[in-house]
Amino acid sequence: MSRIATVDGNEAAADAAYRLSEVIAIYPITPASTMGELSDTWSGRARPNLWGDVPEVIEMQSEGGAAGALHGALQTGALATTFTASQGLLLMLPNMFKIAGELTSAVIHVAARAIATHALSIFGDHSDVMAARTTGFAMLCASSVQEAHDLSVIAHLATLEARVPILHFFDGFRTSSEINVVSLLDDEELRSLVDEDAIRAHRDRALSPEHPVLRGSAQNPDTFFQAREASNLYYDAMPAIVQKWMDRFAAVTGRQYHLFDYSGHPEAERVVVLMGSGSGAAREAADDLVARGERVGVLTVRLFRPFDAVALAHALPPTVTRIAVLDRTKEPGALGEPLFQDIVTALAEERPATMPQVIGGRYGLASKEFTPAMVHAVFAALTDPAPRRRFTVGIVDDVSHLSLPWDRSASTEPDDVLRAVFYGLGSDGTVGANKNTVKIVSNATGRHGQGYFVYDSKKSGSMTVSHVRFSPRPIEATYLISQAQFVACHQFSLLERNDVLALAAPGATFLVNSPYGVDQTWDRLPAEVQAAILDKGLEVYAIDAYKVSREAGLDGIVSTALQTAFFELSKLLPREQAREEIKAAIRKTYGKLGDAVLEPNFRAVDAAFDAVTRLDTAGKTVTGRPRPPAVPADAPDVVQRVTARMLEGQGDLLPVSAFAADGTFTTGTAKYERRSIALEIPEWDPELCIDCGKCSLVCPHAAIRTTVAEPESLLDAPSKFQSKPAKEKAFSGFRYIVQVAPDDCTGCGICVEVCPVRSKEAANHKAIDMVPKDEILDTARDNWEYYQSLPKVDPTKIPATVRGTQLREPLFEFSGACAGCGETPYLKLLTQLFGDHVIVANATGCSSIYGGNLPTTPWSAGADGRGPAWSNSLFEDNAEFGLGMRLALDQRRAAAERLLRAHAGRVGDDLVDALLTADQSDDAGLAAQRERVAALKRSLASLNGGADPSTKDLVTLADDLIDNAVWIVGGDGWAYDIGFGGLDHVLASGRNVNVLVLDTEGYSNTGGQASKSTARGAVAKFASAGKSTRKKDLGMLAAGYGSVYVAQIAAGAHDLQTVRAFTEAASFPGPSLVLAYSHCIAHGIDMEQGMAHQKAAVQSGYWPLYRFDPRHALRGDHPLRLDSKAPTIPFEDFAKQEARFSVLSRVNPAAAEHLFRLAQHDIDERWHFYEQLGEIERWSDEEVD
Amino acid sequence: MADTTTRYLGMELRSPLVASPSPLTGKIDHLLELDDAGAGAVVLPSLFEEQLRDDAMAVARLLAVGTSVGAEASTFVPEMDDYNLGPAPYLRLIEEAASRVSMPVIASLNGASPGGWVKHARWMQDAGAAAIELNVYSVAVEPWTTGGEVEDRLVSLVGEVRAAVTVPLAVKLSPFYSALANLAARLRDAGADGLVLFNRFVQPDIDLDRLVIEPKVHLSSSAELLLPLRWIAVLRPQLLLSLAATSGVHRVEDAVKLLLAGADVVMTTSSLLREGSGHMRDLVTGVAEWIDRRGYASVEQLKGSLSQARVPDPAAFERTQYVQAITHFPV
Repeated sequence: MSRIATVDGNEAAADAAYRLSEVIAIYPITPASTMGELSDTWSGRARPNLWGDVPEVIEMQSEGGAAGALHGALQTGALATTFTASQGLLLMLPNMFKIAGELTSAVIHVAARAIATHALSIFGDHSDVMAARTTGFAMLCASSVQEAHDLSVIAHLATLEARVPILHFFDGFRTSSEINVVSLLDDEELRSLVDEDAIRAHRDRALSPEHPVLRGSAQNPDTFFQAREASNLYYDAMPAIVQKWMDRFAAVTGRQYHLFDYSGHPEAERVVVLMGSGSGAAREAADDLVARGERVGVLTVRLFRPFDAVALAHALPPTVTRIAVLDRTKEPGALGEPLFQDIVTALAEERPATMPQVIGGRYGLASKEFTPAMVHAVFAALTDPAPRRRFTVGIVDDVSHLSLPWDRSASTEPDDVLRAVFYGLGSDGTVGANKNTVKIVSNATGRHGQGYFVYDSKKSGSMTVSHVRFSPRPIEATYLISQAQFVACHQFSLLERNDVLALAAPGATFLVNSPYGVDQTWDRLPAEVQAAILDKGLEVYAIDAYKVSREAGLDGIVSTALQTAFFELSKLLPREQAREEIKAAIRKTYGKLGDAVLEPNFRAVDAAFDAVTRLDTAGKTVTGRPRPPAVPADAPDVVQRVTARMLEGQGDLLPVSAFAADGTFTTGTAKYERRSIALEIPEWDPELCIDCGKCSLVCPHAAIRTTVAEPESLLDAPSKFQSKPAKEKAFSGFRYIVQVAPDDCTGCGICVEVCPVRSKEAANHKAIDMVPKDEILDTARDNWEYYQSLPKVDPTKIPATVRGTQLREPLFEFSGACAGCGETPYLKLLTQLFGDHVIVANATGCSSIYGGNLPTTPWSAGADGRGPAWSNSLFEDNAEFGLGMRLALDQRRAAAERLLRAHAGRVGDDLVDALLTADQSDDAGLAAQRERVAALKRSLASLNGGADPSTKDLVTLADDLIDNAVWIVGGDGWAYDIGFGGLDHVLASGRNVNVLVLDTEGYSNTGGQASKSTARGAVAKFASAGKSTRKKDLGMLAAGYGSVYVAQIAAGAHDLQTVRAFTEAASFPGPSLVLAYSHCIAHGIDMEQGMAHQKAAVQSGYWPLYRFDPRHALRGDHPLRLDSKAPTIPFEDFAKQEARFSVLSRVNPAAAEHLFRLAQHDIDERWHFYEQLGEIERWSDEEVD
Repeated sequence: MADTTTRYLGMELRSPLVASPSPLTGKIDHLLELDDAGAGAVVLPSLFEEQLRDDAMAVARLLAVGTSVGAEASTFVPEMDDYNLGPAPYLRLIEEAASRVSMPVIASLNGASPGGWVKHARWMQDAGAAAIELNVYSVAVEPWTTGGEVEDRLVSLVGEVRAAVTVPLAVKLSPFYSALANLAARLRDAGADGLVLFNRFVQPDIDLDRLVIEPKVHLSSSAELLLPLRWIAVLRPQLLLSLAATSGVHRVEDAVKLLLAGADVVMTTSSLLREGSGHMRDLVTGVAEWIDRRGYASVEQLKGSLSQARVPDPAAFERTQYVQAITHFPV
């Protein structure tokens, strides 16, 4: 019996893939990671495959590695698979050619995602799979969650017979992450379908010394071509084989698929052809038009490769005269996108006499919404006497004018589909509760349910929007809800900044979580919300879920109460049944945590039913305060026009002309965002402060600033602006100031934790304390405004101390990183030290997301307009990317120097000499060189109007006479795993680049998967039983060259060493590598205590601090300096503070004991090793000359 | 050889030496060693209901870390099948200990809710605990809570647990009650079969380097046995109740003194933690030898022979000030 389950597309696909595989090679990448995670979890729980064996699941160092392992496993006769997306699929391409070229039965499951071009996007389209269409893999496309399961099964079955490997894909996010009610085949059904003879044949083809063959030869011009053609018959046979397995599948399940499935009027004249999730919206639009008497239809492509032209021709109604082919990809410069081209070719060959007119359009790139209204526009375009041959739909293209207009307000959804939208914050349980709600309603009522979840791109204070549908029919609406009958706002604060009622249909029910009681809630609503309620005639209900949750013993989790309120208001179930069903779902989710967790949830459910109160809006008027503008009025024009729209959630409305054609954006935009997400912010007590600057140093969001100012410059300060006499000798007589940016603080409290000063009268009062934001907000805003107007401290006067670094302007501010992030303080420090002359190559990962994910960027420029120039190439190539930058800078410098020498007679020998020999190793040197370059430019401008081509060249290159630093930044997933080969090569190159590894000991951005930096004994995704192997010692691998500067740092343990390492790395004329311990939410720690964890990591010897400086590679000297003391606390004392370790003690005490002993041994052995290394001499190349 | 058996909570024990709750008594290997060393009984470490709740909430918080904060990761920690939460691991320990050692295994319970005491006590009994020791104490910090209320709550709690289980019930008390004899009588009436005197607590300490408060567990010293010694000597003749002495038992002499005062059993933790579970053998044989050497026939004979009712100077157990003591010296 099939199992009815409420799952997402990833799980639907992986459920079949896992049971039909023996070897699974995995690597995390959004949005496919879940398939690998599930496989790893199932394998960890010894879930058997169809043959009773537990599949071998192995994490590789990259998708390239996964593909290689896949290839090897296949060649050796295993049933093998892998999962990937986007850039990951691109890394698999070389092996895919091989696997297909060798006619190897295999399936790769892809959650199709955009390829990074002008920008990275994690969202769904077909640009990745379309890049794989030349590999020889068959391509089978699923359009829904059910199909992701069904076609996964069919793919695994068909490839075994056909021998042609299959790329099975479905749309990233829209299908991969949509929750839907589906039917999953049970083992018996699967077994009844599997062709065991075909499996035996696959195994018989395996490499074996018992019957050795050579496969993978190199061939010469005489034979390669013919041999390549030898597989043709397999491809010719493939479509029929796939259809055969679709038919057999139908016989077992009743669900019939075809290579091309047509839906619509049997005598349609106009047909839209597409594949993937968009077909759901397209069919809905076509059905609507057919019901209105139009002869239209939709053809859904399932098998895209090998393309069966005959099947296509048969699938289309013979009456069709016009076809619009929609591609979810872009192939710049092509005559048309790939599906379009194939359709044209197929029809030209199969229906030459009745060839319909075919036009091609692009839609839905990077999960751009694709709605029935857009399909209406396409059908409408097909009625045009001379339709556009190429078009786009879903955007406004005011540049090349390709886009079709569509009616944004049109909706074709039937009234009996309940549409509900829920606004919440990440971590408040809203998404999880809604997933449960879909399951509850589906199970209890037999209705079909669908859940789709939209997130913003921040990692702190992020908003979630849950789109939930219930219908008497299967739900194929593959687009967001636009006319919701129910809208819930789970956090009152979200009303202040977001138009949460934009999606409410007239007369809808609006549930608001309000701490203000029935009497005050109306007046607390922003004016726009009040107006929308009155205009749309909404029924308003309030619940104080904060109170219900608090009284029930649930800390901060408001979703249980709000979920109950939804059931109470939606009447989907009778109250008592709802109560029981909700509790049953809670029991299922939290049962293994026991009564301690269940009972507070149950109490919240019971209390919530009666806590929902109707708010009478009769006679109400708009009394609330208007929402503040998205950005301040003084923000630059581009921020007003473009950034503000994105912040308002109106980015979809921006036309093509709003954007640079090459993906370039202005920096320094995060400061206009002012998210104001903290509930508590720091308050400074100048009486206690000792000017140490630590609060500023550790602030992950640059929301605490320190400066010094001359007393007279503060005469116009606001009355409550605070300052104190500066302790720094260099600024004797100055006032010292610590200032909080109140709307940019995330309230993490890490500053308070590191503050070393306590009041003598009360030990709980420090020089900086967290206080409720509302108490000091107005004052803090005034002070921050004023603070920003203060003159910046002249960097040439700032001493090289930790305190000194914090007097420098940070050019990395207000990122969307997690509250308490362990990475961002290092980046901020980097900009404080070198920000005016640095180019950053940033590997994909957390830092590229909080650093470069729109709407805003924390990378900023200083008052003089100078600041970090930033770019992200890929995940795997970042070291090489940065090296390329270095090579270019050096080459440009050489050219500039050559031209400069050639101009010596004209601009003056003294200036030329000074420019060529300048010491630019400090701020003063850099400033002087900038002066010289300015003088040079002035001089060049006076030379014959700069008409000489070489003079023009020198003008262009003059800035290259100023030293620029290249910093290559990324996480451990990049440095230890996927990018290690490149990193190693770059370190070996000897070129002057600086590498900063923000080491969180795992893949933080994709959800905490293990990397080779993950320590022994730590529990992580892909290492759920505790990592059994030792952490890779990247620092010593690099130090092994003898010519690379290497430092291992932890700001929370030794901030002075951190600063020294940065400055030494920067000054070292060759490659340098700085490994920075970065605590992370994936460690399972209280982030407020992040710096204390860093300290414990160092005290235990878990993270020893050192610097390896090749400048000390001399006879009688030692390049390695240990900067931390021998371990003073046992590993276990450190480990028990972090859930990534301690959870293993709980789950598997015996394994924990064993692994922790090994981990302690790792520490002891490594310390012993380092101590010996500290005594070792290395002799540098300098000795030779 | 003297007869070293003793009756405690209605059970016949081969020795009056009992291992009281500590990390040692939570591990089956050590329990086997203690059994082999001849201990009369063992009390397992306390099951703290509050700890169970905190552990569960901590795991719940861990699983909630970063959930649904972004499109790329819906969670940050892998979810496990079983977190060994709740009382199950403790109950498994009782079961295993009861089946593998010959001495009685006493479970210890520190509840946190009215229902929790009863529920867990019943589970302990079902798992095979020979008796249950209720580890009761909380710091009454509110100024409106009276000593009477604290005692009433305790008495009613003991009554509830008594009604729920049939195995013997001991109550481990702190010395911080103003009228211990009266309380002891009320507890007996509520159904307690014995008292364990006294509970030692984790006490907050100040770290002078960091100026922070840190809980400190000091191992006891022999000097601490005087407090239980007094109260056991006082209560022995007054109440038909089992009495266990705990605190400060390190040497054979310490154990003998408490037996003489009237203890049915003498419990030790610190000495075992300091010297290992093998130290139990030294105490067991040492007490037997002392009894032999001093010509007592049995532990039963020795028990309480220096209790308040049986000493020439009963008032000695009521004196609290040195100054009073010396005034009785003849001048």
